[in-house]
Amino acid sequence: MAPILDIKGLSKNYGSTEILKDINVSIEPGDFLVLVGPSGCGKSTLLNCIAGLEPISGGTLAIGGQDMTHVSPKDRDIAMVFQSYALYPTMTVAKNITFGMKVRGVDKAEQAEKLQKVAAQLQIEQLLNRKPSQLSGGQRQRVAMGRALVRDPKLFLFDEPLSNLDAKLRVEMRTEIKSLHQNLGASMIYVTHDQIEAMTLATKIVVMKGGVIQQVGTPAEIYSTPANMFVADFMGSPAMNLIPARTRANGSGTIVEIAQAGADPIVLTEKRSIALPEDVVLGVRPEDIVETGLHNGGSNALQKADCMIDIVEPAGADTFVVTQLGGKQVTARLSAETKARAGERSNLAFDLSRVSYFSPENGLRLNES
Amino acid sequence: MTDASLTNTTALYQASPQRQLVKTVLRVLLYILLIAFALFYLAPLFVMVTTSLKSLEEIRTGDLISLPREVTFDAWATAWSSACTGIQCDGVKPYFWNSVLIAVPAVLLSTLIGAVNGYVVAQWRFPGANIFFALMLFGCFIPFQVVLLPMARMLGLMGIAGSIPGLIFVHVIYGLGFTTLFFRNYYVTIPSELTKAAKVDGAGFFRIFFSIFLPLSLPIIVVTVIWQFTQIWNDFLFGVSFSQAGTQPITVALNNIVNSTTGVKEYNVDMAAAIIAGLPTLLVYVVAGKYFIRGLTAGSVKG
Repeated sequence: MAPILDIKGLSKNYGSTEILKDINVSIEPGDFLVLVGPSGCGKSTLLNCIAGLEPISGGTLAIGGQDMTHVSPKDRDIAMVFQSYALYPTMTVAKNITFGMKVRGVDKAEQAEKLQKVAAQLQIEQLLNRKPSQLSGGQRQRVAMGRALVRDPKLFLFDEPLSNLDAKLRVEMRTEIKSLHQNLGASMIYVTHDQIEAMTLATKIVVMKGGVIQQVGTPAEIYSTPANMFVADFMGSPAMNLIPARTRANGSGTIVEIAQAGADPIVLTEKRSIALPEDVVLGVRPEDIVETGLHNGGSNALQKADCMIDIVEPAGADTFVVTQLGGKQVTARLSAETKARAGERSNLAFDLSRVSYFSPENGLRLNES
Repeated sequence: MTDASLTNTTALYQASPQRQLVKTVLRVLLYILLIAFALFYLAPLFVMVTTSLKSLEEIRTGDLISLPREVTFDAWATAWSSACTGIQCDGVKPYFWNSVLIAVPAVLLSTLIGAVNGYVVAQWRFPGANIFFALMLFGCFIPFQVVLLPMARMLGLMGIAGSIPGLIFVHVIYGLGFTTLFFRNYYVTIPSELTKAAKVDGAGFFRIFFSIFLPLSLPIIVVTVIWQFTQIWNDFLFGVSFSQAGTQPITVALNNIVNSTTGVKEYNVDMAAAIIAGLPTLLVYVVAGKYFIRGLTAGSVKG
């Protein structure tokens, strides 16, 4: 089956400023693609380019197998939900939802039928005669979704649709969007700066920075094998620990040494055969540092390290402890029953089979090379 | 501790009798001053209205500010239909209708074109939009005297010199700077996502304008209409420069009535004619005034 969206070598300039550089993305029907990155990374611009609201400076863009590079937004068979909802203020909810059909000359009976269906789906039947100003934030959000759903397009575009909602509602709507995607089987592209939203919603994530794609992959790939230090740091909360270390060869494996203030360096053995330079940055997820003697006895990948605990932060299900390694703060996600106390030494262990290595010069991942 | 601080606060609010007295005196002074200013500003209107209701005889013998002994509307009737403007003696009536024929289409056209201009400059950014807008703005500040001769030549070339369409044209052109400015400033406060949403929905340039922007624009339309109507109705310079006998607006006729009387000066007729000339703008303010203030202060449109 042809990809629903296929972007090749797309670039976008404003004058001499390059906003997007050589973007290549393609998604299959039914994919939920999330564009994620810090503000100013070009993710919203990319979405506007896909919608046709911004002309592109180079490259091609095809939707549903048809070239859409120079086609106007209305002929791209897309629907879009905006951050500010962008409901038409003078129209009722019903008119807002049917405006697109009215413009396209869909007959009245069909409009009414589709309106009822979408209203029932989103549970907004009782709001149809209200004006947007009489709705709460969550209701406006639903109406904006209704306006997109009623069109039944090839591709849904979401531009940070949840960022104006309060935290509780945001989580609710997130689940709702996810179930909507599962029920409809529709193809969606979703822009957010919130990496948790990205992880929970996506079937495919594109991490961007400075107009350049850093990594494309499933949430699991992005999380466990980040392509560079930026992705490692950006995705996941708390962020991946990035610890400077030195290596030396030792038979079949590699010795990894991490300096520790006021104590002997921690010495770990990497048993996978990875060619590593002398200076590396060790990338360890907080959950890959555990406490010895608690629920994890057997694993031979675990290697002990005696660390000074600086801070203990209980967070309900988990307890985060912070220690100082290689001159960096390192966070470990321990179980709530941890015996670690601030100001005392504690026996932590690293799961070396899951760590990433990065080059300190260019930040790229070294594991696979 | 709590009790003590409570008593202190209450004491603060209970002003001493002396303070209360000073406050009252100041308040009374303020009202006297305000009433005095109001009287000062209303005095000319009072004199105009009373004088227009007096007979010529009474004006000659009586006091300027006294009330009319006998109220008569003769002067109004004369001013409306038989006062002499030069050699013609038809009153201000034909000129009043000239002004209506000039002002109404000119106001409507300049408002509509200004709305479209503002919509383009605010929501459909094109290369050079800023320069275009700056030039339009510059048009607001060109003294009208400067353009009289070129405009006269222009109207001659277009074949509408001295006609009512000619005057409408002049007023539309010179109103555009302001109307564009008004609408542009109103429309920049409307989020551009609204336009984007409508584009994705399939609406085109005019569809978006008429379905989404125009229905939002009532406050700014009222402001623009009041502004333009006042400007055009009260205009004298263009009226006197670009009209000929039969197409003169009421401001020109009023000048002619007041300046071309022979023999006894009919103050009551002059006053009545002046009030008639001023009534329409007054009416527009009364009818739409509250929207005027609202429109000037209204900021963004809450979705």
